[in-house]
Amino acid sequence: MDRFERQVILPGFGPEGQAKLKQASVLVIGAGGLGCPVLLYLAAAGVGRISVVDGDVVSQSNLNRQILYGEKDLGKNKADTAVRYFQEKYSDIHWTAIPEFITVDNAQAFIFHYDLVIDGSDNFPTRYLVNDACVLLKKPLVYGSIYQHEGQVSVFNVGTQPCNYRDVFPNPPAPQEIPSCAETGVLGVLPGIIGNLMALEAIKVLSGLGKPLSNKLLLFNSLNSQFQELEIHPNPASQSAIPTSWNEFHQRDYALACEGAQQLTWNEAMKLMGQEVAFVDVREPGEEPPLECTGLVKVPFSTLSDELDRFEEAEEILVFCQSGARSQKAAQLLQQTYPDKKIFSIRGGINALKS
Amino acid sequence: MPDQIRLKAFGMLAEKIGTDSLEIENPGSSEALRRQLLQQFPSLQTLTFRMAVDRKIIQAETDISAGQEIALLPPFSGG
Repeated sequence: MDRFERQVILPGFGPEGQAKLKQASVLVIGAGGLGCPVLLYLAAAGVGRISVVDGDVVSQSNLNRQILYGEKDLGKNKADTAVRYFQEKYSDIHWTAIPEFITVDNAQAFIFHYDLVIDGSDNFPTRYLVNDACVLLKKPLVYGSIYQHEGQVSVFNVGTQPCNYRDVFPNPPAPQEIPSCAETGVLGVLPGIIGNLMALEAIKVLSGLGKPLSNKLLLFNSLNSQFQELEIHPNPASQSAIPTSWNEFHQRDYALACEGAQQLTWNEAMKLMGQEVAFVDVREPGEEPPLECTGLVKVPFSTLSDELDRFEEAEEILVFCQSGARSQKAAQLLQQTYPDKKIFSIRGGINALKS
Repeated sequence: MPDQIRLKAFGMLAEKIGTDSLEIENPGSSEALRRQLLQQFPSLQTLTFRMAVDRKIIQAETDISAGQEIALLPPFSGG
């Protein structure tokens, strides 16, 4: 008798299905609202090797849906915290925490070693980046995403006529077209449901049980509890949108394509600091913690459009805010005014600096 | 109702249209429907969305016949 007895006795799953899960390796990208339930069920089901990629830290507003974390985890990295939690629960699983964001530079190395990838990210640049990397590597990708009271789930790169995210949406929407959870709100149960569906699809692909949602997009509406399934077919427009080589992949700027602003990490930004670089805080007065340093210009986002001429002299402009959202809009506004200047938004804003 | 079709709108499209389900007269093709929607709901002009005809996501202009169900599908990024 072992902890998998109740699933091993299932017809169609059996010891063979369990052995396949035990031998399988899964990379979970994003340990947030979707990643938490995905991890809980993949771990309980006995997937042999699970790695968690997330560069973000736990914040108070995450706790209504990111059910692996509690008050004592605030400010801690999500990948580290999630993996520590599971290592205590299940010693038979090989866990790895990767406390970083996935990028064009690390995606190939991160994804290459796994049998299946889960996209539990929360933004378009990451979703398109992960999709394209998985297409290049022909890796099964379980996709899930949410908007307010609705969710989408699918399985990409599986089957005889494999489809991917670009067969549904060949190109990202315009910058800031679709608001995020932070802007629209979300009831914690919705990512719980969508994340559970994603875990189920992963288990089906890995064990051979049932029929995964390949070439299908499942839609769920939590307000009327309705499911709908749409068929996906290979789309010629998607092929031309995907990089044809790793070289091309590495050159892509997914953030720029999706968000209209080039982004830098704090480390990259620090290296650029200098005489001809304007370093701009677009937070409103009173946002905590205040940042003071030489060369820092404070122009609240609410008044930026009236003060654009302050940046005429700068060759490059680095913009930050609290979370990295307003600074993207600010960078876009500045870029429209100064198309020849190099303008960057600092990813994650002050929140990323605190961690 | 000789030539009606049913629209099902998802995500932000349902918000912009004001309902997640409505019946309209059949414009005849997916492109004609798109033009009609953009005219009737100008706020859709800045939105990316795909259509599915009778639950098949379409890649190109597609004829629409009476009684068919058209899904209007925006991308979601939340997680």
